[in-house]
Amino acid sequence: MSVLDSNIPEGPLKDKWTKHKNDINLVNPANKRNIDVIVIGTGLAGGSAAATLAELGYNVKTFCYQDSPRRAHSIAAQGGINAAKNYQGDGDSNYRLFYDTVKGGDYRSREANVYRLAEVSGNIIDQCVAQGVPFAREYGGLLDNRSFGGVLVSRTFYAKGQTGQQLLLGAYSAMNRQINRGKIQSFNRHEMMDLVLVDGKARGIIARNMVTGEIERHSAHAVVLASGGYGNVFFLSTNAMGSNVMAAWRAHRRGAYFANPCYTQIHPTCIPVSGDHQSKLTLMSESLRNDGRIWVPKKKEDAIAIREGKKKPTELTEEERDYYLERRYPAFGNLVPRDVASRAAKERCDAGFGVNKTGEAVFLDFASAIKRYGKEQAFTSGNKNASEAEIIKLGKEVVESKYGNLFQMYQKIVDQNPYETPMMIYPAVHYTMGGLWVDYNLQTTIPGCYAAGEANFSDHGANRLGASALMQGLADGYFVLPYTIGDYLSKDIRTGKISTDTPEFEAAEKEVTDRINKLLNAAGKHSVDYYHKKLGKIMWNKCGMARNAQGLQEAIEEIKELREDFWANVKVTGATDGKNAELEKAGRVADFLELGELFAKDALHRNESCGGHFREEYQTEEGEALRDDENFKYVAAWEYKGNPRDAQLHKEELDFKNIELKTRSYK
Amino acid sequence: MKLTLKIWRQENANVKGKMVTYPIDGIEGDMSFLEMLDVLNEELINKGDQPVEFDHDCREGICGACSLQINGEPHGPDKLVTTCQLHMRSFKDGDTIVIEPFRAKAFPVVKDLIVDRGSFDRIQQAGGYVSVNTSGNTIDANSIPVNKHDADDSFAAATCIGCGACVAACKNASAMLFTSAKVSQYALLPQGQVEATERVQNMVRQMDIEGFGNCSNTGACEIECPKGISLENIARMNREYMSATSKG
Amino acid sequence: MGGLIKSSVAKKFAMALSGLFLVLFLAQHFTINLTSVIAPDVFNELSHFMGTNFLVQAILQPVLIFGVVFHFIMGFVLEIHNRKARAVNYVNYNGSANSSWMSRNMIYSGAVILAFLALHFYDFWVPELIHKYVQSHPEDPARYYTETVAKFESPVRTGLYVISFIFLMLHLLHGFASSFQSVGWNNKYSKGIQGFTKAYAIIIPLGFIFIALYHYINNL
Repeated sequence: MSVLDSNIPEGPLKDKWTKHKNDINLVNPANKRNIDVIVIGTGLAGGSAAATLAELGYNVKTFCYQDSPRRAHSIAAQGGINAAKNYQGDGDSNYRLFYDTVKGGDYRSREANVYRLAEVSGNIIDQCVAQGVPFAREYGGLLDNRSFGGVLVSRTFYAKGQTGQQLLLGAYSAMNRQINRGKIQSFNRHEMMDLVLVDGKARGIIARNMVTGEIERHSAHAVVLASGGYGNVFFLSTNAMGSNVMAAWRAHRRGAYFANPCYTQIHPTCIPVSGDHQSKLTLMSESLRNDGRIWVPKKKEDAIAIREGKKKPTELTEEERDYYLERRYPAFGNLVPRDVASRAAKERCDAGFGVNKTGEAVFLDFASAIKRYGKEQAFTSGNKNASEAEIIKLGKEVVESKYGNLFQMYQKIVDQNPYETPMMIYPAVHYTMGGLWVDYNLQTTIPGCYAAGEANFSDHGANRLGASALMQGLADGYFVLPYTIGDYLSKDIRTGKISTDTPEFEAAEKEVTDRINKLLNAAGKHSVDYYHKKLGKIMWNKCGMARNAQGLQEAIEEIKELREDFWANVKVTGATDGKNAELEKAGRVADFLELGELFAKDALHRNESCGGHFREEYQTEEGEALRDDENFKYVAAWEYKGNPRDAQLHKEELDFKNIELKTRSYK
Repeated sequence: MKLTLKIWRQENANVKGKMVTYPIDGIEGDMSFLEMLDVLNEELINKGDQPVEFDHDCREGICGACSLQINGEPHGPDKLVTTCQLHMRSFKDGDTIVIEPFRAKAFPVVKDLIVDRGSFDRIQQAGGYVSVNTSGNTIDANSIPVNKHDADDSFAAATCIGCGACVAACKNASAMLFTSAKVSQYALLPQGQVEATERVQNMVRQMDIEGFGNCSNTGACEIECPKGISLENIARMNREYMSATSKG
Repeated sequence: MGGLIKSSVAKKFAMALSGLFLVLFLAQHFTINLTSVIAPDVFNELSHFMGTNFLVQAILQPVLIFGVVFHFIMGFVLEIHNRKARAVNYVNYNGSANSSWMSRNMIYSGAVILAFLALHFYDFWVPELIHKYVQSHPEDPARYYTETVAKFESPVRTGLYVISFIFLMLHLLHGFASSFQSVGWNNKYSKGIQGFTKAYAIIIPLGFIFIALYHYINNL
């Protein structure tokens, strides 16, 4: 028997969550006033959890490294949020959303969690609309939907290309209401440096005030980590510059198991890297694949000519183009899931068909969509014999109304007009499905320490479907965690205020200060970014879209060496007593240098290909992922043992009672 | 590209700052403005100097963290972009670029180019929300139809990223565009009606308390706003405010 | 009204209303002045009416003076407050990139107009008061035209008059349209209103300048 107890309620899948809510202990309103909860991170999961906990009556303290809770990186999510509302009448249901998510995750997620996610998805939309989130609407005044990769229904609610922004501002407004009531104290420009355990329970954190440099102690009866993912271990990703793993990693070091670190989503539609100076990558929403067709030239000569600027992509005829997704996956075409689309792009580019200077880009073409929309528009407006030019003009207007801000963003960055010439895209690290292991209640293996949103591992398995991250963050924060945490806190109603004047807090604070001093007093040879970029290269080349045993073994060694070099030779300028961006970065990179090694170790142990984890040794003859359900149908949860390579593996077997395990096919 | 940078350096809020000149070379047009500053900082660090501190996070124009007054304009010379989306191809070899923090009494300097925009948070806290609890049994989302035109206008107002360019551009350091965008988002939706009177009054009161200047309709805010938030929102807020005041 | 005027929005609202009132007054003043070019008799008649009618003298005139004083004092109060809102100034501030010169310099165009008003009061209103109340001359409905025309003999005064009205034009070019925005009027008709206010802002001051130059040239 595994040490991991997922606490999944008994009973049929459909009734589990309802039954669980009825069974768990509650805290009465008067007692909630005496209970403090710390929430780390104020994105969709953290912001919504903080607001809801405060509404319930708990005293909440939120922490974010940004200058305002509103800037958490959930804000950058573009495309939309899924919900099984079936407003389009296309046969959607909770079960279908559940099924799509489990299948999309390549059968590596927990059934009960995913079903609950599907169940509350509709509530999220209701809640957000009630808050005044301005979703896109149809002329009849009702909500509009679009479709996303990996599914056959339209269930994605959106607000142009800024859905994440609108949802986050909704959660932020709910937080603001509670801040105004005095129920939330918001600590901005504060970074969690460590988790404090008292008698084995999470009882507080050590935080650094990033403006004054002060090291602060904060106590609480429970700590919620909603600190996001760790995609920045790759240096270049679509994550924000500040996104980091520190909170989760510190908790891991204190005893929280880290699950499936190798499950990383490489998003197929990002703007390609333009040079060595590149600091981050920009995503082009997956929604573009609704209307854009992905292709590379059929002939290598054409690819080379385009790379050298001798030929323009628009000069190639239809016959000279290879719409490889439509060719390989006729059923889903350009809307295959992200992992599939990314690997297909890499396959074409590795074969020499890449279309930009570096040979690492494919085209995303809107020409046919512009024509199709233009014809439709001309027809409905009564112009039955519109000329080609008129059609294109009308079509461009339609495309602009759908994706205008994305096209504008592309043009700003690349300096090319995507209405005239196809966009160039390439996969980039986007999301991490792995994270802190949590049970059904979202509690980590440390009692009283919870993880929500991208920071936990629970719902997406080995690959996340588009528009599901927003759904999960808000489901966790609004509808799951605020209730499940009550079960734990109900035992704390007599505990009273937790003192920070204890040996545990003192010891944790000393560790934090020592670590900072160590960083500041290293030999000072190379900047923090120097190490971060090196780590990123190792990760991308050896733990990226395609991995093999040899590369992963090398990665483990190289990361270890790099980490030792970092601690000996890093150069951190400035002092501790004030704003110091270099010091902040150094602390984060130090943790990435540990996580990276565990990542590689996890990827090495998983001798199968599933979702975002593709092992070159395990593929079909056609190059599709080859899963091994017999040996790897489990969650790999790693226990910290002082060194990433010594981490101990714990398995949570995944039990599929409601879905038949199949080879994922999008053909 | 070879450039001369003149950058405001200030150790912290309590000491005086000054402009410092840095020559920089090897800048490419494809770099974003912040990547150009990354290059400068890497050089400064290697020399053992203090790197220039500036706010930034998502680097894709949506988080609103990046600020910077560049050659006298917030987010630089290009329109409808944030500093992180501004690319060096907008400058020429040999240019001198003056980089300052956003200036307003309500945005005190934290360090170098970083300012404290907490005043914006406090304006939102004063009423920028609809008072609805999370219950899971709010009415079905489609039971409140919203006219598409209103929904679109509301969305357009809600796209404000809270960067503060409006304040930085305004000769009066007024926060009317920011405040009115939030007021408008709710004023245009049925969900926002119940609290409309208190909302606009409380938010304007907080805006005044924070020490922002008055709007004199120069329109600079609208032009410099990276999200193109319209001046119509300010007119709407004026209207809402006066009608709220007349209701008492 | 006292509590109301504390807020920045209400101040702007009051500023706009007083401004709109003064714009109306300007139109009326211009109409009367124009008669001095077209029909001196009508000018005398109107001037006499304005100078002696009880309603005008006892009610409209105090309201006007209040409007003028309020607009100026509030203008200065707002300007001082606005300057305080930016404690440290920019080294480099490129205002022309995003706003018109007129909109940024209302305080200066306003100050010139204030100085002009002082001159105007000294020229017309003070002598008028002395004439009517100190020296207690009997009513003479025919004196206004000659007195007015006589003022434009001096090239200096005429020059100052012209310059002042150029500043008034600049002030109105921003202020008139702006007052609609301040009272919350910005909708699909605003483009039309903008055009009207711009035309008004140019034509009325030019008209005043024309009248001044006409009399000056006639005096030569």
